[in-house]
Amino acid sequence: MSSPTSTPGRKRGRDGNPATREFCSTIPKMFLPNEVDMSSPLMYGTPSSRVEGTPRSSVRGTPARQRPDLGSVRKAPQVDLHSEPPSADGAVASEPNAGQRLVIWGTDVNVGTCKEKFQRFLQRFIDPTATEDENAGLDLNEPLYMQKLEEISVVGDPVLNVNCLQVQSFDAELYRQLICYPQEVIPTFDMAVNELFFERFPDSILEYQIQVRPYNALKTRNMRSLNPEDIDQLITISGMVIRTSQLIPEMQEAFFQCQVCAYSTRVEVDRGRIAEPAVCRHCNNTHSLALVHNRSAFSDKQMIKIQESPEDMPAGQTPHTTIVYAHNDLVDKVQPGDRINITGIYRAVPMRVSPIQSNVKSVYKTHIDAIHFRKTDEKRLHGLDEDAEQKLFTEDRVQTLKELAAKPDVYERLSSALAPSIYEHEDIKKGILLQLFGGTRKDFSQTGRGNFRAEVNILLCGDPGTSKSQLLQYVFNLVPRGQYTSGKGSSAVGLTAYVMKDPETRQLVLQTGALVLSDNGICCIDEFDKMSDSTRSVLHEVMEQQTLSIAKAGIICQLNARTAVLAAANPVESQWNPKKTTIENIQLPHTLLSRFDLIFLMLDPQDEAYDRRLAHHLVSLYYQSEEQIEEEFLDMAVLRDYIAYARTYINPRLSEEASQALIEAYVDMRKIGSGRGMVSAYPRQLESLIRLAEAHAKVRFSEKVETIDVEEAKRLHREALKQSATDPRTGFVDISILTTGMSATARKRKEEVAQALKKLIQAKGKTPAMKYQQLLDDLRGQSETAITKELFDEALRSLADEDYLTVTGKTVRLLA
Amino acid sequence: VDTSDMYINGPLQVNTDHAASQSNPKSGWEAKVVEFFKDRLKEKDAHTWVPSLNDVPLHYLKPNSLVKFRCLIQDMFDPEFFMGAYETVDPSTNVLRCGRYKDVTECGVDFNSRNTVTAERQTFYCVPIPGENPWVKEISSSSRVVPSTSYAPTRQKRSYEEDDMDDMDTQPQKQREPHSGHTEQHGNGDCKRQETEAPSSQTASASHLDLNFPLPGEKGPSCLVKVYEDWDSFKLNDTLEVFGILSVSPALSALADEKDASSSILDPTESMETAEEQRVHSPPASLVPRLHMLYARPLPHNNPLLPSATLEDNSAFLSSTLSEMASVRAELLTYLTHVLLGDALAAEYLILHLISNVYARRDVLPLGKFAMNLSGCPAAALYTQRFYQIIQQLVPSSFYLGMSLQNMNQMRLVPKKDYVANRLVSGALQLARNTFLFLDETHLEQGQLDTTGVRNVTALGNLISWQKVDYDFNYHQMEFPCNINVLIASEGRSLLPSDCQIHLQSQVSPPNMEEYLSNIQLHPQTSSQLNKFRIYLSVARQLDYSISDEMTKSVEDDFVDMRKDDPQSVSAEDLHRMLVVARLLSLSLGQTSLTRDSWLRAKHIDMLRRSRMEQHQCVNGNEP
Repeated sequence: MSSPTSTPGRKRGRDGNPATREFCSTIPKMFLPNEVDMSSPLMYGTPSSRVEGTPRSSVRGTPARQRPDLGSVRKAPQVDLHSEPPSADGAVASEPNAGQRLVIWGTDVNVGTCKEKFQRFLQRFIDPTATEDENAGLDLNEPLYMQKLEEISVVGDPVLNVNCLQVQSFDAELYRQLICYPQEVIPTFDMAVNELFFERFPDSILEYQIQVRPYNALKTRNMRSLNPEDIDQLITISGMVIRTSQLIPEMQEAFFQCQVCAYSTRVEVDRGRIAEPAVCRHCNNTHSLALVHNRSAFSDKQMIKIQESPEDMPAGQTPHTTIVYAHNDLVDKVQPGDRINITGIYRAVPMRVSPIQSNVKSVYKTHIDAIHFRKTDEKRLHGLDEDAEQKLFTEDRVQTLKELAAKPDVYERLSSALAPSIYEHEDIKKGILLQLFGGTRKDFSQTGRGNFRAEVNILLCGDPGTSKSQLLQYVFNLVPRGQYTSGKGSSAVGLTAYVMKDPETRQLVLQTGALVLSDNGICCIDEFDKMSDSTRSVLHEVMEQQTLSIAKAGIICQLNARTAVLAAANPVESQWNPKKTTIENIQLPHTLLSRFDLIFLMLDPQDEAYDRRLAHHLVSLYYQSEEQIEEEFLDMAVLRDYIAYARTYINPRLSEEASQALIEAYVDMRKIGSGRGMVSAYPRQLESLIRLAEAHAKVRFSEKVETIDVEEAKRLHREALKQSATDPRTGFVDISILTTGMSATARKRKEEVAQALKKLIQAKGKTPAMKYQQLLDDLRGQSETAITKELFDEALRSLADEDYLTVTGKTVRLLA
Repeated sequence: VDTSDMYINGPLQVNTDHAASQSNPKSGWEAKVVEFFKDRLKEKDAHTWVPSLNDVPLHYLKPNSLVKFRCLIQDMFDPEFFMGAYETVDPSTNVLRCGRYKDVTECGVDFNSRNTVTAERQTFYCVPIPGENPWVKEISSSSRVVPSTSYAPTRQKRSYEEDDMDDMDTQPQKQREPHSGHTEQHGNGDCKRQETEAPSSQTASASHLDLNFPLPGEKGPSCLVKVYEDWDSFKLNDTLEVFGILSVSPALSALADEKDASSSILDPTESMETAEEQRVHSPPASLVPRLHMLYARPLPHNNPLLPSATLEDNSAFLSSTLSEMASVRAELLTYLTHVLLGDALAAEYLILHLISNVYARRDVLPLGKFAMNLSGCPAAALYTQRFYQIIQQLVPSSFYLGMSLQNMNQMRLVPKKDYVANRLVSGALQLARNTFLFLDETHLEQGQLDTTGVRNVTALGNLISWQKVDYDFNYHQMEFPCNINVLIASEGRSLLPSDCQIHLQSQVSPPNMEEYLSNIQLHPQTSSQLNKFRIYLSVARQLDYSISDEMTKSVEDDFVDMRKDDPQSVSAEDLHRMLVVARLLSLSLGQTSLTRDSWLRAKHIDMLRRSRMEQHQCVNGNEP
């Protein structure tokens, strides 16, 4: 942003190339309106033209509609350059065509040339970069805008949206004029379009004449970078709507009637003021004219406040807001909370201290007259938004990212750039990295499966104080749509959605919770174990179907919650008990656990070399040179862009070899278990493998999933399993710990004890009731392995389930 | 005084003189003017001549004079465009005028003039530093300048001024009377006149006006500071000393009045803002003066006892304090031990806590924070309050937050954007850096936290763990890093996280706590001794610190050894804490790098603290 001292002086209203400014200053100041060429576009659309229906051969019959978005039309005459010394602007003056010597006062716009150029653009422009899905139903090899005009003639909506970028690629000079003098150029465009339209479709009937709405001006600006040079220029800025006012009827034209002779006259509003006629032109009475509200003309107007999007803001500052005025049919097009791109004219109006005082507050009020709105979060046909993309990555950036991707060790590099303050845990970081990239989104709705989850869910569990929360915080800060909640403080409604009464409108509104807000992002849930059961139950749907169904207060809906879950859980006993399984340690239902692709244990390894490295890492963390910090800081920004780029552009598909590798991997995993009579892999694990392999391909910026991706996915998956699904009794990896909550060996053991107990009771003969303690002692005496009380209880329970016995208090009764 | 006179009282004249001498507005005279003032202000002690808005009531200050203001940026408004240069309509006086450093133009403006220059400036809403303790105010105002009053705005007054300067004792006395309180009610003379003219509207709006101070019960002027350059370099919650031109033009307040009366349809651009927004963004100048910034000095601290130059630039001061540090520390330790009922270990930790400071951030991790939980505080006899009052005497700014159920459920801790008035409604956690926040948990009683309460407790937890506050922007949250020293006083373990918990072990059991405490307070602490403590704490916090390579190595070895003996006893978290303790311990002794001794001492006191905690847990088995 240029500082005010460096802001070049600028006359309010006009700016352009230096030549123009110079040229302006040589114009004698007493140009009178009667010298104005009446065919000028400046007369176009003024109230007088509407009332009398300016006869223009080609557009006869269709009324022009005022464009309050362009502001009140000023009495700016065109200037005949030949009345000036020819040296003033040689280039224009030397034009041979006499009609082209006229430019609008204060600009370098020549109406004729401008009109011609724009018509040529409309007739000839073919978008070379257009893709099929962008312009559904249009023939890409025909001039784009002629097809759009045809559409207008069919649909009857007289609005033509023009992409400024296309204007620029077609005619840079025309584009420059459009940006610099929108107030003059857009009416010219309107005129050009209407002439063209009514030439081609002479019989079509429109509500009013076609209005051109340019959008996507290249100077897409951050609200922060608006400065006085932009006044009265066409700008496109993005932001979030925070407030909309009620509809305001704005007087465009006042209707006065003489009280004496009933002579009526119309006065148009000029810059918010009406010049009340003092004398009746008909009967020459003074002060006899009265305003008749019913017959005055009003237009709709709405004030909209937009605020900078949080992404655009420098840290440590508050967001700026800008006022936007929407006119006519743009009113009520946006709601608070919408993210929009606005194209409009930037205005500054001086503020008067009071009409009587001559002192003026030396401050201007600024606003934007909106010409075009575009919601940025509204998903277009294929979910991509070209504007957002353009803004995100410059070519240089893409180049750096691609260079980075080409490096063989990109995977390691990125994973080590992740949360550098956290020491080691390489595999966990790699897992989180893959989670950040996510799998490829697939749609199986035709085959009845619905959406296939592309997001990777990760659970970290382990000892308190192993920087789990710090990892979560880091991820939350890294991704643009992250949410951070703590299981302790969040309720089911806080995670999903709740219905509340809006204090202003008194209507019921659905307020979305963390999971919905992190759609397409990552939801970090700390203290997952502390979450209440009811809260946890909402996660079941989200973590597999990726939707949220809501039925409350008469609102029944299904919201998308395509979020990856990164959760952290502490063991139930404050310390991780290595003698217990994961399930027993964190006491989470296995139904939920099986929905996590990767479950990592963050334990404190007890090993001297590790300790030394850890200590070194921590000490250097506390005392490190500036450059090193700088270096890593850069990494975070690059990492963020890298992930964003990969997520938007890279959609890897499985290659033939990769599919084979996946099949083999799955079969292997099943085999491991089948040897010991247990299932060690389920289709869910296969899906996880595919997701991880896809994510790894994304890391490489590869459109194809190859064998190396599968290898890494396998490795990581195995690592995670090794940590979380190892049966502490046998030392084998046993997936059933995670899927059924109990290892196969434990189940087998339970069975054995129950059978032994049954035998014992049968051996005792016909005793209908036994003492609990005695039975336990007997069993212990008989068995060669130690029998715990819990094991005994479980055996009793399983026998009770068979209706063999019942337990009441301290006695065990046999059932006949 | 004579030389300073001109630029303090008539900076705009200097300005216009410059403007007049330059026919071409683009020749960079503005830069020259700013340079001129900056140079003047850099002169030795020049800034002490400038009257301060913090100390001097507004109506004693002359409009359009140079003043200074020690403040915190509470909110940032939207940038505004103004006439940087304009021509008047009246052809006889048709000269180019400068619109900078002014709110209102003089004479009629020729809007069609092509010499008009539009420029941009930014407005910050600034409040006095929240929680600034009375002693800071007292000391800074004792060295304050006597301003030329608006009652005698003529130049002749200058000669009297010299006499007045000689008998400084009488003048501040005179001024202290109107200082207290009703400054806000009656602004300058102009305002008073207006009140008589339109009593109903003016007083109504004045009483309605919420000056948006972060902490309840704060006083003092707030200010709209207009910034002309480099506004991107300022951040929310920065503390600054702003030198600028005071503008209290009544026209600014009149503006607001008129709006209510005549909302004309025909002037749509002006009727668009809500009345609420009007009131916030253009409050009466008598209540919220405008200050056009010439120069701003970021304040690394607000301790008036330290020289204003940075420590590096003032090596004489630094070396003299450093040499005294160890002895001052010993005195302070004795004093605090006394306050903490004879517990020397707790007193030692308290010193470490008081000089802690977030000096860097590594990704999300703030380094150097040292939130302390002082458990085992006697609930009786308002011990915690007394304790806070003593700390208040030592630190420049502080805030006492009693964590009663009512407070937690009702207080606004987190700032929230009010989109109707278009401002950031402040909360108690919007504090300047190094503010001492005292959380008193002994007041917590049984009951239920409601939604606000839960949110407040979460915010406190986030503040302690990550040193950040998530400001509520309704549609999204925005994270603002902060640097606040949090001390939690509780009976048992606190419900909030902390970096270190120390259980208070009272060595003395005074029969009458009340009496004991009031004795401490009345303890003849001479002000010079207090001042020594104050300087000590502020200087220790600002010292640089480093760890040599050998020390790194030895710390590593130590850590490995400790883990070898008993892996359960020392975790990475413990090492984190010990590194912070070692750092603070070195700094508290005035050492700027870690020595073997300090490391061992850090290990030792941490061990003592932990053994005490274990001991305490054994005694009190039901402790969580």
